[in-house]
Amino acid sequence: MLSLFIIFLSVFLVSCGPNAQNKEQVKSIKVWHWMSDRENAFLELAKRYEKETGVRVNFELYAPSDTYTQKVRAAAQTNTLPDIFGILGEKRDFASFVKSGYVYDLTEEINKDQGSWKNKLFAKALGVNEFEQGNSFEVKPGIYGISIDVTNIQMLYNKDLLQAVGVDNPPKTWRELVEVNKKLKAKGIQGLVSGWGETWMIDCFASNYAFNIMGKDKVLDTIRGKVSYADPEWVEVFDLFREMRDEGMLASGVVTMVNKTAEQLFANNRAAFAFNGSWCVNVYKGMNPDLNYGAMLPPKVSDRYPMTIWGGAGSSFMVNTKSKETQLAVDFLKWMTDTPQQVFLSKETQGLPSNKDSLRDIPMVLSQFASAMDNTTHPNVWGVSESPLVIETFDKGIQSIIIGEKTPEQLAREVQKVKEREMAKKTVN
Amino acid sequence: MKEGMKYKIERFLKDSVIHILLIIVSIGCLFPLLWMVGSSLKTQQTIFSDMSIFPKNPMWGNFYLAWTKGGFGIYFLNSMLYTVTVVFGIVIIASLAAFAFSRLKFPGKNILFYMLLAAMMIPLPGSFVPLYVLMTRLHLINTRIGYILCMINVGLSFSIYLLKTFFDKMPVELEDAARIDGCSRLGIWWNMALPLAKPAIAVIVIFNSLNVWNEYILATLIFSSKNLMPLQRGLMIFQGIHITEYSLLMAGMTITTLPIILVYLIMQKHIIKGITTGVIVG
Amino acid sequence: MTKSAEAIFMRLLRGVYTEPFAAAQDKLRECARNDVKNLVMKTKTILQNYLFVLPAVLIFSIFYIYPFYKVFTLSLCQWDGIARFDFAKNFIGLRNFIELFQDKIWWSAMLQAGYITLIALTFQNALALMLALACDRDIKGGNIYRVIFYLPPVLSEVVVGLVWKWIYDGNYGLLNYWLASIGLSNLVTDWLSNPNTALTCVTIIHCWKGFGWGFIIFLAGLQTIPRQLYEAAKVDGASSWQMFKSVTLPLMAPVFMLVSILTVLGTMQVFVLILSMTGGGPGYHTEVPVTRILASMVRSSRFGYACSQGIMFGAVLLAVSFVQIRLSKYMKQA
Repeated sequence: MLSLFIIFLSVFLVSCGPNAQNKEQVKSIKVWHWMSDRENAFLELAKRYEKETGVRVNFELYAPSDTYTQKVRAAAQTNTLPDIFGILGEKRDFASFVKSGYVYDLTEEINKDQGSWKNKLFAKALGVNEFEQGNSFEVKPGIYGISIDVTNIQMLYNKDLLQAVGVDNPPKTWRELVEVNKKLKAKGIQGLVSGWGETWMIDCFASNYAFNIMGKDKVLDTIRGKVSYADPEWVEVFDLFREMRDEGMLASGVVTMVNKTAEQLFANNRAAFAFNGSWCVNVYKGMNPDLNYGAMLPPKVSDRYPMTIWGGAGSSFMVNTKSKETQLAVDFLKWMTDTPQQVFLSKETQGLPSNKDSLRDIPMVLSQFASAMDNTTHPNVWGVSESPLVIETFDKGIQSIIIGEKTPEQLAREVQKVKEREMAKKTVN
Repeated sequence: MKEGMKYKIERFLKDSVIHILLIIVSIGCLFPLLWMVGSSLKTQQTIFSDMSIFPKNPMWGNFYLAWTKGGFGIYFLNSMLYTVTVVFGIVIIASLAAFAFSRLKFPGKNILFYMLLAAMMIPLPGSFVPLYVLMTRLHLINTRIGYILCMINVGLSFSIYLLKTFFDKMPVELEDAARIDGCSRLGIWWNMALPLAKPAIAVIVIFNSLNVWNEYILATLIFSSKNLMPLQRGLMIFQGIHITEYSLLMAGMTITTLPIILVYLIMQKHIIKGITTGVIVG
Repeated sequence: MTKSAEAIFMRLLRGVYTEPFAAAQDKLRECARNDVKNLVMKTKTILQNYLFVLPAVLIFSIFYIYPFYKVFTLSLCQWDGIARFDFAKNFIGLRNFIELFQDKIWWSAMLQAGYITLIALTFQNALALMLALACDRDIKGGNIYRVIFYLPPVLSEVVVGLVWKWIYDGNYGLLNYWLASIGLSNLVTDWLSNPNTALTCVTIIHCWKGFGWGFIIFLAGLQTIPRQLYEAAKVDGASSWQMFKSVTLPLMAPVFMLVSILTVLGTMQVFVLILSMTGGGPGYHTEVPVTRILASMVRSSRFGYACSQGIMFGAVLLAVSFVQIRLSKYMKQA
């Protein structure tokens, strides 16, 4: 008994001991990130940076993203944020961080030397982290973050499966898509697979078609409350999902599927179409290097307005205002977005760089993604944002349409009701 | 004679039915474990296309890869440290408290007990942020002792409640006898109550070991230094934002599941032993 | 003390005063000293009793009471979890709770959790009890079974989620494959995406993972019943059912209550399994209170509302547990 007690006491004392935090004489900055896939690439970059400049960069990984978000927010409350960190979530959360004074204003640095840093990056890469004049969040206009890559979300098609039903070119219009699906169904091949268990994916798809059917201005006006969600053109958007369900165009289980599962299915030749982002190139390569596929814009429904896809900055980093080494942090971000590093990252992670000059040696599919960057938009650049409850009703409601529980008209009315409630709340405040 | 035969047949049938039930349930329990081990031997490409439980070309190297890539060495030691200290701490603290609630008198006893009980019944999902702020102010953030105290608190209510239930069943006469013999309260606790409640203590050890061993969210929130992190942290490395290395993940999980099974194997003997020392007289 | 004083007083009254005054005074003083000593002893005992619970209460106050107090105050505020918190500015009184009462999705999430709990209370615990009874008898290979039945709780939720997702998969899952092979292909469906079956499927998995707990607690309880009682009953000619009714049931009553309370508390708080299998979908069909709280906190950035949901959740659980305890006390008396 006594021996046990002694063991316990010694273990206890050991755990109370100093926690291996040696005082660093070397200058160092800390980076918190959530990208488990890139941890190795980051560590390599950190090594190179230390060799070049003598500044040590400590990358710390906290995954998954929900946990990362909580950690960053908790640290913000206690003023213990690291030198560089990322803000996951919607623009309104980003705005909240900026307004509370946690984020360093990078506008000056970006525009220094006639905008030498700014000109290196894609315009779309900057837009997501920028607050414009007169934005609805009442944030002082400026650029508050830097993205280290760009992505966009498109449709993928399996060349082999399409050829098996005699289709040589991917469908360009919605009608063509429905026709191709009839052929696929006859042969027992599944149509579209996507991670629509993750509501933001549904939101993206619906939003793309909303832009195509009614144009950007009407969509933004709906968010502003000037147009009703019960408008016939919104019903038309919802009706697309009903049509997909009626025609059996969707892979089974799509409403509870996470994106990773959808990626597996497409990579294993079990679905002819996928709706996924440019990161999928790396994923598919790992799962099935022989996959024969290509990227395309979602087949358009209407010719009145262009088909717009979501894209822009991929992962972004911000600098902590309270950091003791803001200049070092900014310099490191500049270095990370410089051409040699961007080429390295792009190769390592099979992703699109945010630096304009770094598009080299990328696989064919990735260049298809890159060429579509001009068609992209992103909720974070619209200047207005929809209330989260409306978004949730919208997305979950589409799931209900797909499983046959709601009609498009019902959903339109429901979303409008929630929208009116939320707008009333805003005026009360 | 016929009566004897009938009884034997009856007994045989009963036992067979019971055995069949047990076997069916066992298969249901073993299946995922076998699938997990089997998957750790597959490659990333074949993991979802290969439907067999055991692949034709087992990749035993996955275990080594998982250990090194996940940096399991230090994480393993950390997890062991946290589990041992937390469980030990809870057993001592909870049994002392449960003994007091069950056997000793002091004002406010009931109120305190119900408050502790209420803690079990009013969970605080999302109390992470206030907890984080509190621990930062107490300078417990990113320390081992902070995490250990936090985890002790997590398991306290349940353990106290369980132990009190078992202590209540302790016969009063024995205790009075011991007291007359001049045994102190601490002595009664150590020599009588603890041994009698061995099954309950075994349950608590298993329960809390599992909690601490599998805990992840608090560890990620509280710790910033890599060398303080527990095992679950290592597993997260395999679950990227876009890519999950399934076979390595399964291999890592197999490695993390083994010690807990060991703990259970050791502890379940105590649940079986129960009272064999003849302390109870009828 | 009072008795001796009385005696002296009586003697004084009777006028029979054999002892000198000083001696009487000494005796009084001794009595007083004894009383003080007793009081001191009593207080010392009580203070020492407090020492037994001190570490528990200390840790509890710091790590539970304080965060609870904070969550409570936050539930009365509107806060996104990010901005600098100012109680006066963000205070909105009971508005969060008023909105919560009208939140249809919250209450259906509660009902869904309640559904899972009901099934767990009945089927899961019945199975656990049966298995515990089976293993309590000296049965061949009892030890091995004990180990195997505890494997599901030991497995991490991620593994459980992945394996069962594969079993339930609409196209390539094992379940549909088996159903088709025994000729029941009309039952084949997409289990986790079908609104009618999603919740029940998740429930089954939760029960599968959870019965191991009930199993070991029941077993521990059964082990503390002295064998002699069973033997005595057998000598009296009792059948196994009668033995169960008169020996096992009454002695296991507190353990039953313990397990049922723990089942309710544990099952109502399920969420990791839901997140890894259905994410709360399809639609809102597999949402439970904790997934709603997390959604409010992280996705909608409504920290104050999330706290009010947490408080409401706790209140409901408290009420349910209270009812359970009362019920069992009532049954004990019956």
